Amino acid sequence: MIDLQGFGDQIAVGAFTTLRTAFASLALGVCVGLCGALAKRSRMRIIRRLADCYTTIVRGVPELLIILILYFGGTVAMTTLFGHYVEVDAFAAGVFALTIVFGAYATEVFRAAIQAVPSGQIEAAQALGLSKFCMWRLVILPQMWRHALPGLGNLWLTLLKDTALISVVGLEDLMRKTSIAAGSTHDPLTFYSIAAGLYLFFTSISLVGLTWLERCAERGVRFAK
Amino acid sequence: MNLALMVDVLPLLCEGMLLTAQLTLASVAIGLFIAVPLALLRTSPWPVFSHAIFLYTFLFRGTPLLVQLFLVYYGAGQVEWIRSSVAWSMLREPFWCALITFSLNNAAYTTEILRGGLRAVPSGEVEAAKALGMPYALRIRRIILPAGFRLALPAYANEVVLMLKASSLASTITLMELTGTARKIVAQTFSPYEVFISAALIYLGFTFVIVHLFGRLETRMAKHQKRAEPGNNSQLRARTAGIISASQKVAP
Repeated sequence: MIDLQGFGDQIAVGAFTTLRTAFASLALGVCVGLCGALAKRSRMRIIRRLADCYTTIVRGVPELLIILILYFGGTVAMTTLFGHYVEVDAFAAGVFALTIVFGAYATEVFRAAIQAVPSGQIEAAQALGLSKFCMWRLVILPQMWRHALPGLGNLWLTLLKDTALISVVGLEDLMRKTSIAAGSTHDPLTFYSIAAGLYLFFTSISLVGLTWLERCAERGVRFAK
Repeated sequence: MNLALMVDVLPLLCEGMLLTAQLTLASVAIGLFIAVPLALLRTSPWPVFSHAIFLYTFLFRGTPLLVQLFLVYYGAGQVEWIRSSVAWSMLREPFWCALITFSLNNAAYTTEILRGGLRAVPSGEVEAAKALGMPYALRIRRIILPAGFRLALPAYANEVVLMLKASSLASTITLMELTGTARKIVAQTFSPYEVFISAALIYLGFTFVIVHLFGRLETRMAKHQKRAEPGNNSQLRARTAGIISASQKVAP
């Protein structure tokens, strides 16, 4: 049964691809989110407007459609750019699409988290003559982190589940491997249940990890009882 | 960018939109219908119920919707007793599979959202109801549910938008809703930008409508929390306006 009719190792490879996609999108998405949050607090109105447009559009359009636009649209754009047919790599397109989606939601999370840092802290940093970069590194980011963590954790769980959508454009992830196995063995119930169990396992582990991280971030914070 | 093509495909996409709207509204309605009793039981003092319902929401919120959809669409046919039962005539159709999966998924998320709202109802309000001698059922109906729902409304509006977006997954089980129609047209014309962007714009419009409606509902439900209008007494209104402007001059 562990062999899963010969598909066990394939599913393991798929699960690894799923995790790789999710972690790559997380790392890039956090960067996009931080930049987005900075753009939303920019002094220039046009940059603020652009950031608003980005988050509004991405959060109002289904993830599946964004993946389809970037994958098929990307193929057409690359083909016209290079003059011959270019096949877009499903992994790259998938990570790119998920980064854009994650970045839009993370922008809002980070914006709220930055606002939660008391303005006295920023004024103190300015009074000490810290440069702008030092102020971000030493004062804002460490304090913002704690406020951003719960929202970011939710986004991570959503991201983990959204990776299943990339299987639609052909990334060989857990979902796609499972579909192939289910199709060739005519046993979809077993295989999709296994996939569901694996996703559940990943999300459970993440929940435990997130609780631990939150506890770490809350060290030294006093709560009213 | 071919604008003529965008205009051409619009009627076709609107047909797909109809199915998307049907799926979204039906799953949201059924989801809410299931979620209200579940949320009440989840906050109830009986651990058997709250643990069982926690398991249900955990299973549905911890796995991708796509897996759930495939499990129902491809997996249900494998079980002998489902195939021989009356339900099979429904589970054979992709529309019903999608509707059942979306409703159950939406119900799981809505249950947790409502639970948050119910727990946030001020205990003073519940105690006041008890002091007035309201029995449990009346307390739930008159105090806890309305107040809890109002508190949960912003999160619930988000959930409805998420449901609209999740309905695009129905295209993976051959349903020709908005995304499905767009994919079909792209396969025929091979101009992904125009068609997919038109579809995206329609989704965006639908999202704005939902957000706007919930915004209005929110102000409507929070009516009693607004300060009372001075009414038609123009003298009083002028005087209050004077006081307000005077206080604003001093305040900053």
